[in-house]
Amino acid sequence: MATYDFVFDRIGLNGWCEGGGESAAGPMSMSDLLAQAAGEDPSSRTSIWELPFPSLDALHNACAAFPQSRELTKGLENGFLAVKDTLKIGLDPLTQPLSWALQSALYVFQTTPWWIMIPLMLAVVLVVSRSWRLVGFVAFCVMLLAFIDHYDHAMQTLAIIFVCAFICVLLGVPIGIAMSRSNAMQRSAIPVLDMLQTLPPFVYLIPLIFLFSVTEPKLYGIAIILYAIVPVIRLTDLGIRLVDKEVIEASDAFGMTDHQKLFGVQIPLALPNIMAGVNQTIMMSLAMVVIASLVSAPGLGVLVLRGIRNLELGVGLVAGLGIVLLAVILDRVTKAALARVNAAHKY
Amino acid sequence: MTRDVKVSIRELYKIFGGAPQDALTHVRAGMGKTELLERHGHVLGLSDINVDIRAGEVTVIMGLSGSGKSTLIRHLNRLIEPTAGQILVDGEDVMTYGEAQLRQLRRERMSMVFQKFALLPHRSVLENAGMALAVRGICREEFEGEANRWLDRVGLSGYGSQYPHQLSGGMQQRVGIARALTSNSEIMLMDEAFSALDPLIRTDMQDLLLELQRELQKTVIFITHDLDESLKLADHLVILKDGRVVQQGEPQEILLHPNDPYIVDFISDINRARVLRVRSVMKKTSATPGEYAGEVDHDDNLESVIACSQGDIGLCYRVMCEGQQVGVLDMKDLVRALVPTRAADDGLRAKATA
Ligand SMILES: Nc1ncnc2c1ncn2[C@@H]1O[C@H](COP(=O)(O)OP(=O)(O)OP(=O)(O)O)[C@@H](O)[C@H]1O
Ligand SMILES: [Mg+2]
Repeated sequence: MATYDFVFDRIGLNGWCEGGGESAAGPMSMSDLLAQAAGEDPSSRTSIWELPFPSLDALHNACAAFPQSRELTKGLENGFLAVKDTLKIGLDPLTQPLSWALQSALYVFQTTPWWIMIPLMLAVVLVVSRSWRLVGFVAFCVMLLAFIDHYDHAMQTLAIIFVCAFICVLLGVPIGIAMSRSNAMQRSAIPVLDMLQTLPPFVYLIPLIFLFSVTEPKLYGIAIILYAIVPVIRLTDLGIRLVDKEVIEASDAFGMTDHQKLFGVQIPLALPNIMAGVNQTIMMSLAMVVIASLVSAPGLGVLVLRGIRNLELGVGLVAGLGIVLLAVILDRVTKAALARVNAAHKY
Repeated sequence: MTRDVKVSIRELYKIFGGAPQDALTHVRAGMGKTELLERHGHVLGLSDINVDIRAGEVTVIMGLSGSGKSTLIRHLNRLIEPTAGQILVDGEDVMTYGEAQLRQLRRERMSMVFQKFALLPHRSVLENAGMALAVRGICREEFEGEANRWLDRVGLSGYGSQYPHQLSGGMQQRVGIARALTSNSEIMLMDEAFSALDPLIRTDMQDLLLELQRELQKTVIFITHDLDESLKLADHLVILKDGRVVQQGEPQEILLHPNDPYIVDFISDINRARVLRVRSVMKKTSATPGEYAGEVDHDDNLESVIACSQGDIGLCYRVMCEGQQVGVLDMKDLVRALVPTRAADDGLRAKATA
């Protein structure tokens, strides 16, 4: 006798309930298990204070034909498994270039000898920031990492971020532009972006693990890109929408085509915002690359993971500090580039 | 001398809102701006506008804030689409233009100067001045000469490599004017072009515009909410109120014969002696008066004649135009013209002080 028996008695669905009796052998719900362990019969509760919400599980107790909530998750799983193969046919070739890009970036970053790599990196820092102080700081950090034998791991992490952030910008800026041009597009994209940003990063590793084999670099590549692409999209959209209405009106009044307006006015004027988005995207890919070490992403994250798994406190802490150093470097360099863009936009 | 009509606005209506065509039937039946907003939730932008803009003249559109001036001027190059009506430029209906023709109109036949300058902040002054040419696909080397010529003309020689934010407001608007002139279009639209400038710079810019106008004879459509400015610049003055034309014509004519309490309010505290000209108060005659105190030019303002007469109202002057007598000015007529039209009892000012 379960709480909601009377509902099914009233509307005369008893026959249908019994017909679906085979699912009575289905899995027990968590609350049933707990109740059983506590030695009480779940159907003996009668007080109004203990009235259970008419959930799937409670209704299942009264009527066996009703599905349990575990069947919902199971259904989702089966559904996913069913479409997985067809999904793979499309997704696999589409994402294969990502694997290649990651593999070759990792190869290049690791096989280039350090005495070429480090000066090259410093040269890049100098070009984007034009600041010798920053170059000195970066040199110090990189040497420090190399000195404590974290150079290889740091390079792996950098290689992954390099590829992923690049792809984020490549995809994110056009998406942002499309959003800025149409309110309908913006309305439909914003919930997706919100979801990507708030979904715990571990959660979207789950379907990816089903789809791709854990040894493929694109698995973590996709996870990082999905997580990190949001800010560059948002800020491109925002930046273009914030461009002075009068300037846009002047562009129209002088007969600019949409193309001239986009590349001659909107993108240049949105550049400070787009650069701020790129900075955030890089920082978020760094955060994700650590989590992605769970699915075989190489780099400093692997050391952190080892620290947790084997309780090697020192290894984990030092690797963690290495990540902080990388984060500071990447942040300072992109901020310096941003500051230069802003200086050119002083109005 | 009557000049050709360059731009002609015919029965133009603009209604903002969800179903403008429905609202249009109410407006055509005579519903006013407030009533339309209250009863149907639509904003009446413009209602039954008919204006002929003559080539080579400065047509000033004046009205208070919200009277629809910006809306009207933006119809001329179709930055705003009308709800109904025609806009004829050189006799062609702009409303029938396709995208390419419209672009050609905006690039080559009309240029615009904006209240807040609207220069491209990331481009140098030179590139801004040459914007109209750059948009047509002309490369920098080729437009540089033209752009520099107009920058020189508006008094900005040597500023070509600066950026707009490095210039003062007045200088930025000079760049805006140079930009419009470089496009070499026959029609210039100016939306409150001088309103953001302080009074002294503003007078400078007005003088610059008049000077350029004498030389270039463009068709200028100038918007302002300032009566002194409109009287100084206008060959033809159009007064807008709540999206309707209340009066249009020669500015002197409007001053002497305002046909609406709204305009009476507008003109009630200007210095009439300074803006009224001899030609609009004189008696037209070529017969030399028996006795006269001297000669005055037909374009002199009354203030200078008063100074000349030392305040003696018994005198009489010969009015001359290019060496020919065109009329006679009796000082009594002059004083009569100075009597202000009484401010209307139900006018804005009366309401404000009540
Ligand atoms: N996009 C729009 N949507 C709805 N109403 C509008 C829109 N643009 C203008 N209006 C309305 O049209 C009327 C005229 O506006 P307009 O900007 O032409 O006035 P204006 O004479 O240029 O005023 P100002 O001197 O303040 O610039 C106003 O009542 C305004 O509320
Ligand atoms: Mg306006």
